[in-house]
Amino acid sequence: MLQDKDRIFTNLYGQDDWRLDGARRRGVWDGTKKLLDLGRDEIIDQVKASELRGRGGAGFPAGLKWSFMPKENEGRPAYLVVNADESEPGTCKDREILRYDPQRLLEGCVVSGFAMGATACYIYIRGEFFSEASHVQQAIDEAYEAGLIGKNACGSGWDYDIHLHRGAGAYICGEETALLESLEGRKGQPRLKPPFPAACGLYGYPTTVNNVETIAVVPEILRRGVTWWTSLGRPKNTGTKIFSISGHVEKPCNVEEVMGIPLKELIEKHAGGIRGGWDNLLAVIPGGSSVPCIPRSICDTVLMDFDSLQAVKSGLGTAAIIVMDKSTDIVAAIQRLAHFYMHESCGQCTPCREGTGWMWRVLTRMMTGRAESEEIDVLLDVSRQVEGHTICALGDAAAWPIQGLIRHFRPELERRIKRYKETGRAAAE
Amino acid sequence: MPKLTIDGREIEAASGLTVIQACELAGIEIPRFCYHERLSVAGNCRMCLVEMERSPKLIASCAMPVADGMVIRTDTPAVQKARKGVMEFLLINHPLDCPICDQGGECDLQDQAMAYGFDRGRYEENKRAVADKYMGPLIQTIMTRCIHCTRCVRFSTEVAGVEEMGALGRGEHVEITTLEKAVGSELSGNLVDVCPVGALTSKPYAFSARSWELRNTDSVDVLDAVGSNIRVDCRGREVMRVLPRLHEDVNEEWIADKTRYACDGLRRQRLDRPYVRNAEGRLVAATWGEAFKAIAGRLGGLSGEKIAAVAGDLCDAESMLALKDLMGTLGSPNLECRQDGAKLDPGTRAGYLFNTGIAGIKQADAVLLVGTNPRWEAAMINARLRRRFLAGGLEVGLIGPAVDLTYPVESLGAGPETLKQLADGKGAFAKKLKSAERPMVVLGSGALARPDGAAVLALGRKLADTFGMVRDDWNGFNVLHRAAARVGALDLGFVPGEGGRDLVGILEGAASGAVEAVYLLGADELDLSPLDKAFVIYQGHHGDAAAHLADVILPGAAYTEKNGTYVNTEGRVQLGRLAAFPPGEAREDWTILRALSEVVGERLPYDNLGQLRQRLIGVNPVFAAVDQAERAPWEPFGQEGPVDPAPFELPIDDYYRTDPVSRASETMARCSAELLPAAREATGTDG
Amino acid sequence: MKVTSHPVGKAGGFAFTAENEARAGQIIARYPEGRQASAVIALLDLAQRQNGNWLSTEAIEYVANKLDMAPIRVHEVVSFYTMFNQKPVGKHFIQVCRTTPCWLRGSDDLTGTCLRKLGTKLGETSDDGLFTVVEVECLGACANAPMVQINDLYYEDLSPERMAGVIDDLKAGKEIPMGSQTGRQGSSPNGAAAAGVAAIVEEALVVGEDDGAEPAADEAAAASHDAPPTDADAEESVAGADELTGVDQGMVTADSPADEDVAVDAPEVAADEDTAATAPRATDKEA
Repeated sequence: MLQDKDRIFTNLYGQDDWRLDGARRRGVWDGTKKLLDLGRDEIIDQVKASELRGRGGAGFPAGLKWSFMPKENEGRPAYLVVNADESEPGTCKDREILRYDPQRLLEGCVVSGFAMGATACYIYIRGEFFSEASHVQQAIDEAYEAGLIGKNACGSGWDYDIHLHRGAGAYICGEETALLESLEGRKGQPRLKPPFPAACGLYGYPTTVNNVETIAVVPEILRRGVTWWTSLGRPKNTGTKIFSISGHVEKPCNVEEVMGIPLKELIEKHAGGIRGGWDNLLAVIPGGSSVPCIPRSICDTVLMDFDSLQAVKSGLGTAAIIVMDKSTDIVAAIQRLAHFYMHESCGQCTPCREGTGWMWRVLTRMMTGRAESEEIDVLLDVSRQVEGHTICALGDAAAWPIQGLIRHFRPELERRIKRYKETGRAAAE
Repeated sequence: MPKLTIDGREIEAASGLTVIQACELAGIEIPRFCYHERLSVAGNCRMCLVEMERSPKLIASCAMPVADGMVIRTDTPAVQKARKGVMEFLLINHPLDCPICDQGGECDLQDQAMAYGFDRGRYEENKRAVADKYMGPLIQTIMTRCIHCTRCVRFSTEVAGVEEMGALGRGEHVEITTLEKAVGSELSGNLVDVCPVGALTSKPYAFSARSWELRNTDSVDVLDAVGSNIRVDCRGREVMRVLPRLHEDVNEEWIADKTRYACDGLRRQRLDRPYVRNAEGRLVAATWGEAFKAIAGRLGGLSGEKIAAVAGDLCDAESMLALKDLMGTLGSPNLECRQDGAKLDPGTRAGYLFNTGIAGIKQADAVLLVGTNPRWEAAMINARLRRRFLAGGLEVGLIGPAVDLTYPVESLGAGPETLKQLADGKGAFAKKLKSAERPMVVLGSGALARPDGAAVLALGRKLADTFGMVRDDWNGFNVLHRAAARVGALDLGFVPGEGGRDLVGILEGAASGAVEAVYLLGADELDLSPLDKAFVIYQGHHGDAAAHLADVILPGAAYTEKNGTYVNTEGRVQLGRLAAFPPGEAREDWTILRALSEVVGERLPYDNLGQLRQRLIGVNPVFAAVDQAERAPWEPFGQEGPVDPAPFELPIDDYYRTDPVSRASETMARCSAELLPAAREATGTDG
Repeated sequence: MKVTSHPVGKAGGFAFTAENEARAGQIIARYPEGRQASAVIALLDLAQRQNGNWLSTEAIEYVANKLDMAPIRVHEVVSFYTMFNQKPVGKHFIQVCRTTPCWLRGSDDLTGTCLRKLGTKLGETSDDGLFTVVEVECLGACANAPMVQINDLYYEDLSPERMAGVIDDLKAGKEIPMGSQTGRQGSSPNGAAAAGVAAIVEEALVVGEDDGAEPAADEAAAASHDAPPTDADAEESVAGADELTGVDQGMVTADSPADEDVAVDAPEVAADEDTAATAPRATDKEA
């Protein structure tokens, strides 16, 4: 369990002043220039050594990603774009950083932007986060006034602008290339890769897109040292992480914990346990809606990190834990997610545009049992026809929850179909 | 060049190519819907997925650049499954209306469903229905069939340069639309071709034929001077539709809307029998014999200088040569093919050609347009200019009325004075021409068809010399013609002979009585009022302007009804082919002249087309070089002299109605009524 | 540079107010020259606020003209993003989050409560023009589920009873503090006042050595933040809910304190501290 001294997000709940003064008291912007003085290469090396993995869902090593940016850019622009388009169902961690600790994010923008040779930074925040955007903008204004960003940022002699950019309601803009499209003033439809953003990103210039939390923890890693960071968690799954715990727990919450904490400990220590006790647990979606659910048997022992969850055919994703107790209509829960993906599909590529609607419609029938049992395999097959065949990862994200449902709850689907066939009545949970 | 392995075969492909292109080089077919080699890559249909070594996922072959050492497999179970999957997804919401779909029989979706699809459907839900959209008089939409490949959006934005089409909504609710407005482009018909399914079809052709009933004839278009290669599809004697035929150096795979949609004009207002004006002054139907007799009666005894002939815009070279030869036997030197009055100099071929060549445009880096609106006068050439602009680094200046050409144009001035200053090397644009490596000047008929046209032509030449536009490896001097017949006519010398009258002379002569008989070979675009008193013979295919004042009408063949030779504006000799016989008693034009020659004058010395073509080559060897645009030597032309400061005027005020065929077309009339007001509104605000 | 031919948008009667015009200029200036299209979402947002929370064709095409974009491209953007309303909505636009985390905690009951109370169907506007209820996908406040967004602000930790109360309050023109409706601090597991909070702050201060601030002051500050919203807060907050257009414009048009120095980065949603514009953040303000 994370000790308070190792906590990075010390204002996670807004218990303290979120403005610059408060942030400074919590250690933000402490010796930032010294961090910059380490130099680009050293910062990237340290972040690589820290094994910090992206907090946006994919878990790509952050230092490695930054190293893809050109070393020499001949005076051309290069951009850091912060992905604050937090929209993955179950996930509400970045929101807390944005509204209660925006200066920590800005400091991260400065340090990581410097390391990757960025000339400016855009923070793309989901449009619905209105008051959060308000805080971030005020934080930006305060940081400019304090000389922390802008001309000669932090007294480093380096000019660096940070701009806020609000979205307008589209989950897909959390996909990095869709985000760039949206930032350029178009529909948020993902781009084909290659070229990758590090070569050809915002306005065609080298760009790195990182999640809010990833960027926000960087200064602390450098300040406290890589060893401190790697002492938390497990190899390749280092450091602290904000977990969002929602659903059927006694106390839904966000909490910063050490990577690799057992799921059961996390829920029982911080979220007050499962509603009705651990034995009342049906299943957990451990990493935001896109990852397959895991049944209680796995929940008993699984650790909350990238590799542990991958080993049980799920994923850490955004570390958003959606808890479902035994009262849950699991088919309806997944059907809701299927609706979400259908609604959020950008419509650009065939498998996602057509497949998400198909899967939702089949699941909607299966919810009440109005289906043939062979259709379970058709559904699985359709999900596999979507998975891996789309431009971006939304296709996979739409397929996995359904695959998880069939993997772990096939008998439930069959029971409903059978019941409907026998009684002519929809299976009511 | 990168070497890659495709299905176990090693192949070399130029860098910059994509995997799908490399597969084509290797002779491996990759199914696709959204990919189109002339449009940007969208990668959205996912039909072209293939396996790439070291990639955990299948890759879209249309979007992946080739790289050295790449290992591609196109025939694995994963690839086949992906194709089947995509095919199934495309079909779940696609209606099963192939039997009533105009795309049926030539539909990419149909064909690929046969090759790659499941043999049954597993989709049990209701299909999606999408409201049809209005896109103007040419495009019929059945949007439920749309597979969202966005080819149409990309075509209209990129090639046509008209940003009016888009995809609204998201997810399964994405709908292609123009916001219920007609597509404001003269290239809009190509949308029908790029649409891989039956979502966008030809409105005028709707439900009129099935593709397998049609007889296809390769030919060339004559409704402008580009010489677009076309395929004429006929059922029986009727031309049902005109489609583009690939010619990389001319029209690529596009055609302009007039080329495509004016074909219904071939069915209307046709001259299908000879007519002779009777004693009461009325035109009455006659036999060929009676018509010839009437001509012989009037021409008999008339001395050559009292006879004149004017060739029109759509004439084939063979008929013009036959008429020229006939006039020769009658002793008339009064020949004219420049019915618009353009002061073209027939003496030097380079002085009347689009010397740069249509394909040559892609090398140019500065263009000066003089008195022309290429978008209406030669839409395919304008599309080339646009593409050259999109490639970057093209400066375009314009002297004459400002028009929206779909790319930025610097307006330099209104008339010859500006041209003169530029030719003297003055002005800001002169610097651009000077620093350009391959500058071009394009003289339109708005610059040349005026009394001082010869002086303007000379200025154009001077300008070309001033800026070094003509060198061993480059000729940037260009005349942009509007008439398909013009270059051929100049090549075979359908111009005043020794002491002969030109257009102005013929018209003055006819008015004064010095010219008593005028033979109009499909010539409708000249000022006809001076011909009142003269005996007018009209040989042509439509009851257009000139036929009304003719004393004898000889019904000829339209371009789809005869084998004929045409030379396009760049001097490329091309063959038009007979797709359907002319209606009624109408005949191929050279045969009419050959028959007439037996009644008046001397019998022309050719009995078949082959002999006539030999004669043609004898007159000018360029006619032997079919499909070649040979470089013409740079010799003197034009006539220096004073210029009139009056602004250049554009010759076309209605793109859709420029010639007897398009004027007879109901489709073109609808376009004219609907699209012109919008186009006029855009002009000046967008130019 | 315009690289295609496209019709000029038919802006009709729509035009930005002088304030929004200035605002639009500041927003456009955030992006490199020639990249003004990047401002399309922000300008559409301004237009929507000015136009009574929906976008007419005129407003859309006005923005297109303003940014030198083809109208069809702006229509595409409007149709793609869910926050743009293409038809008028009620004064209080209630968006109930329906996605699984909220559903697990009873979002269906919230929707049901809204519709029953208002006698409307989803997407319909109530006869008095005050309310439109829609269901939306995940709003990203899952640890405070179930929740709704009303116009710009989030109302979290709702029960059907509280939802009904919110509607009653809105009808009565009463104040409703944004955020948790149970008085919980953010997404803390421990309700309103977390005992460990001060300790955490102190730990942080150990790290931030240079900082001369007094821990005691922080504790006081933290405590005051933890207090449930006061009446004064609530009043300000309702000003926001009541005068939607005016206040929203205030929020997006108020001068930045740092305007002169950093005009380029003038805030989109920042506001002058002294104006009522900050009211929606009442619970976060110093009491």
